[in-house]
Amino acid sequence: MELVMALAIGILFTIGVYLILSKVLLRIILGTSLLTHGVHLLLLTMAGLKQGAAPVLGDADSYVDPLPQALILTSIVISFGVTAFYFVLAYRSYQGLGTDEIDSIKEVKE
Amino acid sequence: MSNVLVLPVLIPLCTAVILFFFKEKIRLQRGISTVSGLLNMITAILLVSRVHKEGILTLEMGGWAAPYGIVFVGDMFAALLVMMTAVVSFAVLLYSFQSIEEKRERFYYYPFFQFLMVGVTGSFLTGDIFNLFVFFEVMLISSYALISLGGTKLQLRETPKYLLINIVSSTLFVAAVAYLYAAVGTLNMAHLSQRIAESGQGGVLNVIAVLFLIVFALKAGLFLFFWLPGSYSAPPPAVRALFGALLTKVGLYAIIRTFTLMFVNDPGLTHTLIAWLAAVTMILGSLGAVAYKDLPRILNYNVIISVGFVAFGLAAGTENALNGAVFYLLHDMLAKGLMFILGGIIISAAGTERLSGMGGLIKKYPLIGWMFFILTLALVGIPPLSGFAGKVLIIRGALDAGMLTLSLIALGSSLMVLYSLIKVFRLAFWGNEPETELPKVNLRGATAVAAVLVILVIAMGIGADYVYDYVAQAGEVLATPDIYIQAIMKE
Repeated sequence: MELVMALAIGILFTIGVYLILSKVLLRIILGTSLLTHGVHLLLLTMAGLKQGAAPVLGDADSYVDPLPQALILTSIVISFGVTAFYFVLAYRSYQGLGTDEIDSIKEVKE
Repeated sequence: MSNVLVLPVLIPLCTAVILFFFKEKIRLQRGISTVSGLLNMITAILLVSRVHKEGILTLEMGGWAAPYGIVFVGDMFAALLVMMTAVVSFAVLLYSFQSIEEKRERFYYYPFFQFLMVGVTGSFLTGDIFNLFVFFEVMLISSYALISLGGTKLQLRETPKYLLINIVSSTLFVAAVAYLYAAVGTLNMAHLSQRIAESGQGGVLNVIAVLFLIVFALKAGLFLFFWLPGSYSAPPPAVRALFGALLTKVGLYAIIRTFTLMFVNDPGLTHTLIAWLAAVTMILGSLGAVAYKDLPRILNYNVIISVGFVAFGLAAGTENALNGAVFYLLHDMLAKGLMFILGGIIISAAGTERLSGMGGLIKKYPLIGWMFFILTLALVGIPPLSGFAGKVLIIRGALDAGMLTLSLIALGSSLMVLYSLIKVFRLAFWGNEPETELPKVNLRGATAVAAVLVILVIAMGIGADYVYDYVAQAGEVLATPDIYIQAIMKE
């Protein structure tokens, strides 16, 4: 299972990095979004993919570690907020500067 | 257990929420912000005096004992930084009243300001590495809002880059936390320190340490500062002052905390790396400060130089050097806040950001000119001003550790600070007045704020002995992590 997860994380990181290196703002944002998804999977995998019952409730032989899920949930909320802000900013930049190409944004003078 | 620890986070948080309800009532927003700023300073001073008397304070959230729950830890280092944050942000707040345009004030400038404070003070006080990430994000999201607020072309050009850099570094932060959790199975910093020491900080932990260093270096502007001069030039002067004085310092705090508490077992690798990063930062920062001819960029490169200087103190690692790093960090928050406020005053007095368009300001604004001169001396480290004690301690500590070359680089960077700021002083305040008439602006309030900060800079220099008493208590905890661990793990 770890191998599948590792491959999935690798693919997400690859696509994320590729998109970040592209020249259109929209693709860059999607890239950051994929990158954070990759890192959430990484967090889940690194903490150990255990099989077990839910903690606290009832008796069982083994329990799942609840901490990584709490961390991922926090991180998802944060990345959701940041991505939303980034989209709005990109739209505002497009309105204000008339372009969403990084090269032409760079040439904008004050 | 001490509830006073949560107040520096809670007060700005509640203020921000209250401020949201008064969007159109700018005067009321200003009033509430002022009251909250005063309250914040009082609690911060209370916190410092309690930590001074009782040692490290801890607060276990929800009664969950460490290492299972999230703890807030108030050691002297954190308490001093919280106090300086409260003082500097209050000064910047007062300066904002005069320098921020009404349209920005109307679109939630003050709530974002308060949320930024939540993030900054929370990062200083937390004792949990994932909670540090959360407070970093609170701080960063408010800074995204502040840096883009107003929507000028320059801001729209710079903000997407600033966001991208920070999102990538936050992603790396989460990845580093994931690896760390897999390697040692805890997130509480004190517990991490114990476990890392037990396992002997082998290859994997060193890689994680370097990953953390990359993350925090990106935020602090240590070597990875390529984004800083451009981004920090975009927002209005008051926001620049806030960013220059506080944001990079949070990154530096995180570096100092992780590399004095957690990753201390292989200084030959990690601390040598920090030392060279610091040296390169100081050299490149100096080049930038000397090369540019517009005021915001010169000031931004000065921020970078001081980041290198503090990191150099950490890398030297002796008790003297750590005391010096704490002292210099405190001085630098104050002085950089003052520097950006004065820079903002100069820009609005001259009506331009380029030094070539300035000249002869000393005739009309003698007080501002001499304040800038005093600030220059303080930043260079001339006694009896506030920069002196920190620099002496860092250099002495570094020489004790046998780092001669790096000490020479550090001293050389001080000379470059002197050169770059005297260049500003000479071109802006002396020389011939430009042909175009100076804009008529009312700078009385801003000048008063700057004057109070100048007095604080002088007082911190003259009262260095008194301040050192507190700084030494902070440095002691940094030099002996066991004190910190004992306070939290209580074994």
